[in-house]
Amino acid sequence: MNTISLIMRPRRATIFAFCLLPFAFCLLSFAFSPSFGQSRPDQGTYAIRNAKIVTVNGATIERGTVVINDGKIAAIGANVSVPGNAKVIDATGLSVYPGMIDSDTTLGLTEVGQVNATVDTTELGDFKANMKALTAVNPHSELIPVARMNGVTTAITCPRGGLISGQCALINLDGWTPQEMKLMAPAAMQMNYPVLGFGGRRGGGFAQILGQPGEQQRQQRERQLENLRKKLEDAQAYAKAKDAVATDKSIPARSVDLGLEAMIPVIKGEIPVLVDADGEREIRGAIELADRYKLKLIISGGENAPKVAKMLKEKNIPVILSAVLALPGTEDDPYDSAYARAAELHKAGVKFAFSTGTASDVRLLPYHAGTAAAFGLPKDEALKGVTIYPAQIFGVDKLVGSIETGKIANLVVTDGDILEFRTKVKHMFINGHPVDLSNKHTRLNEKFKDRQ
Amino acid sequence: MRRWQAIFLSILVGAMGAAAQAQQAQQPGSNEILIRNATILTASHGTIENGSILIRNGKIAAVGKDVKASANAKVIDATGMYVTPGFVDSHSHSALDGTNEGSLSVTAMVRMRDVVNNTDINIYRQLAGGMTTIHQLHGSANSIGGQNSIIKLKWGRTVEEMWVADAPRTIKFALGENPKRANFNASQGTPRRFPATRMGVEETIREAFTQGREYSKKWEDYQAAKARGENPLPPRRDLKLEAMADVLKGKIDIHSHCYRADEIVMLMRLCEEFGIKVRTLQHVLEGYKVAPEIAKHGASASILPDWWAYKMEAYDAVPFNAAIMTHRGIVVSIHSDSNEHARRFYQEAGKMMKYGDLTEEQALRLVTLNPAIQMRLDHRIGSIDVGKDADLVLLNGHPFSIYSRPEVTMIEGEIYFDRKEELKRRDLLVKEKKDLIERERRSPQQVQPTQAAPTIIPTIAEDDPDRHP
Repeated sequence: MNTISLIMRPRRATIFAFCLLPFAFCLLSFAFSPSFGQSRPDQGTYAIRNAKIVTVNGATIERGTVVINDGKIAAIGANVSVPGNAKVIDATGLSVYPGMIDSDTTLGLTEVGQVNATVDTTELGDFKANMKALTAVNPHSELIPVARMNGVTTAITCPRGGLISGQCALINLDGWTPQEMKLMAPAAMQMNYPVLGFGGRRGGGFAQILGQPGEQQRQQRERQLENLRKKLEDAQAYAKAKDAVATDKSIPARSVDLGLEAMIPVIKGEIPVLVDADGEREIRGAIELADRYKLKLIISGGENAPKVAKMLKEKNIPVILSAVLALPGTEDDPYDSAYARAAELHKAGVKFAFSTGTASDVRLLPYHAGTAAAFGLPKDEALKGVTIYPAQIFGVDKLVGSIETGKIANLVVTDGDILEFRTKVKHMFINGHPVDLSNKHTRLNEKFKDRQ
Repeated sequence: MRRWQAIFLSILVGAMGAAAQAQQAQQPGSNEILIRNATILTASHGTIENGSILIRNGKIAAVGKDVKASANAKVIDATGMYVTPGFVDSHSHSALDGTNEGSLSVTAMVRMRDVVNNTDINIYRQLAGGMTTIHQLHGSANSIGGQNSIIKLKWGRTVEEMWVADAPRTIKFALGENPKRANFNASQGTPRRFPATRMGVEETIREAFTQGREYSKKWEDYQAAKARGENPLPPRRDLKLEAMADVLKGKIDIHSHCYRADEIVMLMRLCEEFGIKVRTLQHVLEGYKVAPEIAKHGASASILPDWWAYKMEAYDAVPFNAAIMTHRGIVVSIHSDSNEHARRFYQEAGKMMKYGDLTEEQALRLVTLNPAIQMRLDHRIGSIDVGKDADLVLLNGHPFSIYSRPEVTMIEGEIYFDRKEELKRRDLLVKEKKDLIERERRSPQQVQPTQAAPTIIPTIAEDDPDRHP
């Protein structure tokens, strides 16, 4: 609203604000545009030899070598020469996979779910676009090495709650600081589409609405939706005003609104919105919003996405499936509706990725994907749903998601199919570094297993 | 709709049963089912490749490579399939109309068998995952909860038919954060309930034991006086203390929710003080820290396979728990405590082979024979052995492969889930629902609802009473 009045009544703007302008804009352009992580200084040269190489994007090499140099994949093939300075891992009988990517987590933002002091997922309020998950990622969380345990190297971590929760970060699960962990941030803006009776699955405070009459619940949802639309319109106007100020020096600037400032890349389609929507009505609503405000939409949750599959396919909207290992939404849904969802989307040509939606259970990611394969999804598609598809959805497929020359060396060496229960991870590389595979659980196991 | 389906099915099954009985009298062998060409994971004596199972009158009559059936036996060709015993859940809250009577710290008089809901759709969903028997526990809101119930998931049958007739009596105890209400806010105006610490939990249980012992003594004195020919006044009957007295006499098994190592040891010592044993430690997330003590006491352990960090007392949980305790000789089972996890016990067990190197049979026992032992039902369920109930799961691949799924689940020789039939029925159900909605729309007496809409309870709280209490 303020922004519109600024354009129409420029004379009311003060000289004071005008003076602040260059400082403010320079600050903000640093704060909010997506950026990529720094590489760490001590990356070396490694060669994984005699391995089955599951490249994901190309053919599987039955017996070959992957060379890692300076954090990147330097060479792959059946007949690749190993540089003299390389540390060699003989992977006879083992397989190399690209590190898996969990497309929705709260990793780093929470330690013990029911101990509030350890939880930084949910800021107060409904509109929190300037909250940045990366800020609160604790690189030394015990949950991170546990998350790596079964081959996840990379995760989207998101704030929760409200209508606009904040900015998700794409992080690698290794690093001394959040900045070292950062692969890309912001990677997406987390939104929650208003739901009847709930403020959204991501913790929008359903408790106070419980027990309200249906009509009141409906009004509440309409109000939330109206507020969301208004916020998007404000952001559009804010962005327009900012552009106008940038091109026409005669227009005085208004004061900075950090929340709206954070929405500019969203409104301009530079970063996607991850809209949490499970119901058919909510998914259609999210698509309508995205059309109206030209948002780059990713549906998250997607319980009823198969019912909207045709539209999702037409509009090229991907779906992050939360929890394949979940109950059917209603009593009448088939018992396997959550298991079979990915197969249905695949059949309809909708791009999908898997997520756990958790922090402590990220290590279960392969089982979400694998169970989808037990219920109709081709096995290679299940693997893509935790590797190259999420990379494509978040626009980092030039960097991660498959084993290709030039990509970041996020690699997992296993003794079998990476989605299988019995498979063990033998080696892991993140950013070309060998990663320690011990964690809180292996340490406690060592400490107590032979206790007298 | 599912409920109607269940009722319809029960009538149908009943009718078919009567017909089958009539037929049985005429044709010898018609009460037989032969499953052949299967890979059989017996859970008790290894794996039989290319094996057969003969079922007669709902019981396993023969297992092996070379099994003969009567000419009239119904044959199931299981080529390429795997057969395991039906899964047993030693800690479930499914198919119940309530979980917690938490208004008092001791509610030993409450019985879960009084609130069994045989139309709960979770029965069918769990059948579809191979579950056949569940131990329906009271919740963990109080130190001593109610008495539990054991049912078989005979979808479409009456509650009476689901109860396992010769099941033992068991009771739920709870220690730690839940009974001390650490993660719950009392509603405004209500005082906090005792206990609020682990010290208080111990004394709550000790007091209940003490009262139970005194109550027993009163009745013994009364009986003795009567035997002496006196005419004493009988003690007033107290259902809570009667249950506690039975616990102390070993007539009711203790299944106790617990997390931390210290409270596990506390309960075992407390029980020893009163001359009894803990039958099964439930959840027992830090059991691995005190495995020698648990083994010495003789308790079994029923665990959550790999949950952790959801609350403070779960921060030291490790997925190696099953393996460490198994290697110590403790009878370990995996339980669900969740409508969701209970649908894929084959997966939960499979994971345990990775963490701590359990053998295939050790892992399978976690969800079959071991929970049956904990529930004192191993004489009739939990493994594929002659004489046991024909509670079986047929899977399209190895049960511990992520790419496998159950295809058929039978209880006492009757098929209660068949994926092929399920898929065939789906379109009909969709059509039926559409018709019903259409009919409702056309109904002339359509009244606008004026009252409050039904409260929407987040399903997550129902699913995992412990994890999301």
